[in-house]
Amino acid sequence: MTRWESVIGLEVHVQLQTQSKIFSGASTHYGAEPNTQACAVDIALPGILPVMNRTAVQMAATFGLATGATINHRSVFARKNYFYPDLPKGYQISQYEIPIVSGGQINIGEGDTLRKIRITRAHLEEDAGKSQHDGLGKMSGIDLNRAGTPLLEVVSEPDMRSPAEAIAYLRKIHSLVRYLKICDGNMQEGSFRCDANISIRVEGDSELGIRTELKNLNSFRFIERALNHEIQRQIDLIEDGGQVVQETRLYDSDRDQTRPMRGKEEAHDYRYFPDPDLPPLVIEDAEVEYLRASLPELPDARCDRFIDTYQLRKSDAQQLTADRGIADYFEETVREAGGNSKIATNWVTGDLMAALNRDSLPIEQSRVSPISLGKLICRINDQSISGKIAKDIFSDLWDNGGDVDQIIEARGLKQMSDSVELEQIVEKILSKFSEQADQVRQGQEKVLGFLVGQVMKETGGKANPKAVNEILSRKLSP
Amino acid sequence: MSISKSDVERVARLARIGIEPHEAERYSIDLSNILTLVEQMNKIDTEGIQPMAHPQDITLRLRDDEVKEVNKRDKFQAIAPAVNQGLYLVPKVID
Repeated sequence: MTRWESVIGLEVHVQLQTQSKIFSGASTHYGAEPNTQACAVDIALPGILPVMNRTAVQMAATFGLATGATINHRSVFARKNYFYPDLPKGYQISQYEIPIVSGGQINIGEGDTLRKIRITRAHLEEDAGKSQHDGLGKMSGIDLNRAGTPLLEVVSEPDMRSPAEAIAYLRKIHSLVRYLKICDGNMQEGSFRCDANISIRVEGDSELGIRTELKNLNSFRFIERALNHEIQRQIDLIEDGGQVVQETRLYDSDRDQTRPMRGKEEAHDYRYFPDPDLPPLVIEDAEVEYLRASLPELPDARCDRFIDTYQLRKSDAQQLTADRGIADYFEETVREAGGNSKIATNWVTGDLMAALNRDSLPIEQSRVSPISLGKLICRINDQSISGKIAKDIFSDLWDNGGDVDQIIEARGLKQMSDSVELEQIVEKILSKFSEQADQVRQGQEKVLGFLVGQVMKETGGKANPKAVNEILSRKLSP
Repeated sequence: MSISKSDVERVARLARIGIEPHEAERYSIDLSNILTLVEQMNKIDTEGIQPMAHPQDITLRLRDDEVKEVNKRDKFQAIAPAVNQGLYLVPKVID
């Protein structure tokens, strides 16, 4: 049987999180009433002129520096011509022959599976508006609020060999742009979108097969499914004696299938030419050096530091550093917890992540602050409360807010370490369960756990299990 | 180099410019003449010369990232042919 290999290249559209648009002073804020953030430039009234946003330039260059790319001293804006109602000028301002960023690289995997994915280029361009086709009869409705939002299009070489590698690459880029604070990474709102170029070839071949382009990929889950689906479609096609046709296909997530886009045969003749409204963009060396010096610690470096500084397992460190907000949260929690990184790791990767997922909240909107969580960990550490009670308090903090110590005090959750009181309870349990006590005295140590459980139950979970164990062992020793 | 009548029709369609059938003939001659001039220029040795992206020797002016525009939707939509619920309406287009 023929062994097929898939070849994947990705184009990622990163919406830059500027306040204003790339060529106008209109707001880029998401979710406004239709067309209330579309100014004369964005709706292409006659006589308008675009004026470039400095922050968008800096963000693009920052991305280039973080991926080891060349920042081109001079880059050129071009008009990409096509007709669609959500593009009122009849052309999209983009960069064509000379983009702001050339080259660069993203590493995925590690050790033996380390793969270097080359970035071809990253260029600045403006986003288009949005069309609404439903509910308006024979008309389509156009909202131009998004028109002119700055995008950085990151184009990779066809270096990925499986959907899993494509997802790993995408996650790396996603993590990176959030670290750099150049994009909020929100895929539901379309701030981070992706098109994929896919072809297959017999394993070992060096020639590339005919590719198709997949559009409409807006979640990691759909992307992986769409890629798997398209690869299988191409394999089936070729094995049945057919040929792949170079075309653009749309992924339909409801039906889990791809279908060709209609009537676009001529759409690819974009007739690019340099935009006469925009002279070449020049970025000085001093500016590049300033941006280089301003780079934050990047995810890979931070992951290595977490392993070193906090003695974390690689998998934990990767999980904690994939998102800058979570990494920041973790470090603040550890500081508050007096350096107890092990318990902090368990809480952040466990209860905290579960709660965030359950309520679909980003880390920035966590209902328990790292200060509170750090304090909670301190109380576990100084044996004021047990781990089980701590989970209770965490839920309480999450739902109702408040202060850790006040909750412990008000709900009377402080762990019983007073041995006199504990000894009395232990005596009571021993007389109640004399049979089991005898079994322990005769050497059936497993039964000890039952007795510890009974004491815990009697105290409503407030007893320090370690202390209970000690007292019981002492009393039952032969 | 010559531009055929069908080339003219195709470019016109791409640019959404309506031309009468009899005009296509004239445009194909005019455009062919322009391309002949371009061909002449192509013969010049431009080795080592940076392609010119803009006729003036200036660089792009940058502005600070500040929101300066206010909502003028009512004014803009007063001159639009059709609007509904804040949306500009156009004949239905579907991919």
